[in-house]
Amino acid sequence: MLILQCPCCGVDADETELSPGGEAHLKRYGPGSSEDDFEGYLFMRENPKGVHFERWRHAHGCGKWFHAARCTVTLEVFGTYPAQSYAPPQDILDRIAARRPGWRWREFA
Amino acid sequence: MKRYSAFAIAREALRGHTGWDRAWARAEPKAAYDVIIVGAGGHGLATAYYLGRNHGIRNVAILEKGWLGGGNTGRNTTIIRSNYLQDPSAAIYEKSRSLYETLSQELNYNVMFSPRGVMMLAQTHHEVRGYQRTAHANALQGVATEFIAPAKVKELCPIINIDGPRYPVLGALWQPRGGTARHDAVAWGYARACSDMGMHVLQKTEVTGVRSENGQVTGVETNRGFIGCGKLGIVVAGHSGVLADMAGFRLPIESVALQALVSEPIKPCMDVVVMANTVHGYMSQSDKGEMVIGGGADGYNNYTQRGSFHHIEETVRALIETFPMISRLKMLRQWGGIVDMTGDRSPIISKTPLGGCFINCGWGTGGFKAIPGSGWAMAELMVKGASPLADDFSLGRFREGRFIDESVAAGVAH
Ligand SMILES: Cc1cc2nc3c(=O)[nH]c(=O)nc-3n(C[C@H](O)[C@H](O)[C@H](O)COP(=O)(O)OP(=O)(O)OC[C@H]3O[C@@H](n4cnc5c(N)ncnc54)[C@H](O)[C@@H]3O)c2cc1C
Ligand SMILES: [Zn+2]
Repeated sequence: MLILQCPCCGVDADETELSPGGEAHLKRYGPGSSEDDFEGYLFMRENPKGVHFERWRHAHGCGKWFHAARCTVTLEVFGTYPAQSYAPPQDILDRIAARRPGWRWREFA
Repeated sequence: MKRYSAFAIAREALRGHTGWDRAWARAEPKAAYDVIIVGAGGHGLATAYYLGRNHGIRNVAILEKGWLGGGNTGRNTTIIRSNYLQDPSAAIYEKSRSLYETLSQELNYNVMFSPRGVMMLAQTHHEVRGYQRTAHANALQGVATEFIAPAKVKELCPIINIDGPRYPVLGALWQPRGGTARHDAVAWGYARACSDMGMHVLQKTEVTGVRSENGQVTGVETNRGFIGCGKLGIVVAGHSGVLADMAGFRLPIESVALQALVSEPIKPCMDVVVMANTVHGYMSQSDKGEMVIGGGADGYNNYTQRGSFHHIEETVRALIETFPMISRLKMLRQWGGIVDMTGDRSPIISKTPLGGCFINCGWGTGGFKAIPGSGWAMAELMVKGASPLADDFSLGRFREGRFIDESVAAGVAH
């Protein structure tokens, strides 16, 4: 069972308490953007076999959104962090680099 | 290839079964092939088969990192139906279903296609309207389905509880020529036919990189060295994102776990397939007597082929309400596969940004039924650059807003 610590209320929530919200750090594009940008934002998705950054909601708890860094192969959790972040915090990036040398995910590594 | 027949069984019985051939040859990789297909699941093997059968292209290798059919093909619950809503879906799924009707004869391999009938229960008024609409669409598409009343549901499947407290059965979408087939046999039958045409089925051969020159694919790196090719077909279901990354393009796909389970074998009690999409469960009985059970996909990106327990619980809870007699059954096995989900729940059969490289993926939770039709269309696309069955399913449809939306039609789209 996947367990994530909600950074809003501090609870260790198991996945029955949580709703997955898909890829994190998507940049929204609005009117006037190129078709490539719209296509990328609306449809194209990171689908890594390994390190992934995601949005989750503590649906049956405090109800707040947050971010998680996770491995899709081992389900190892590298950490969770607030929804109000444009990029994963440095301590989580360092932890991932130590555990998964050579990893990459968009512009973050 | 020696043909399988009643006569062959009698002949081999008399000489101690010493005369059977290997079903497919064990081959060593050549330096290059005209076409390489990555992934020896049903879709990859069918693509190779129709390249040979319909287009005469036989210098082909199918590369598989594990064993034949060890991906989703060998993990699925084998429901075959073509009662989809949109015209492009009806065309390719019905082509596929009709190819299944004669596949055993064509391949000289018993794929145990059993058109026992598939029933999709309507358990809310919304579903009643939805399935009536699908039945009307199917009538126009030439797909034989009908919307049936609860009494008929009970007659076709006496073990159903049609007046359950929360979700009484209000009717069903019934496709009498839908059914099931033996999943492994579909992979094995195609592999045997491919090998017979001189193609190489290379197991334990993992693609680790895609090589290209001037935007044109030239071959693949594997754990057995570089293998060159003129054209490349990527047909790897849950691993499509990984292969697309090697080939340098992105996909509108996410990979999640989908689970299934089977019970201990019991006496025959159900000779149709029943899907209950509102409550997220479906069931059929295998020829061995096991109840074959599945439900909805898990929610988050996952490559573990395991899945989460509470999804199993949800499925079983729904089915016990629908079929009270199974509440005492013991479950024998549970497993998961990694399914490749698109936003509109329709597949992708397409050219890619890399020249000479084609992709067939996005079948998600429901591609077993599509294996023959998908292979047929993919082979044509790879040879001619276009295919009437495949063109609507191109990658460009997302950019252009031409979705083939099957997600509203069914909560559980197997
Ligand atoms: C539990 C479950 C139940 C299902 N139930 C149904 C159902 O009732 N009806 C239905 O129609 N569909 C069903 N499906 C969906 C169906 O199984 C799939 O859509 C279909 O089997 C996909 O076939 P495929 O050939 O594309 O993929 P797969 O059979 O997964 O084949 C892909 C192959 O590619 C190989 N591969 C991956 N990466 C590499 C690499 N780098 N190099 C070489 N090889 C590689 C894999 O090892 C694998 O064997 C179900 C799926 C699951 C998991
Ligand atoms: Zn919380």
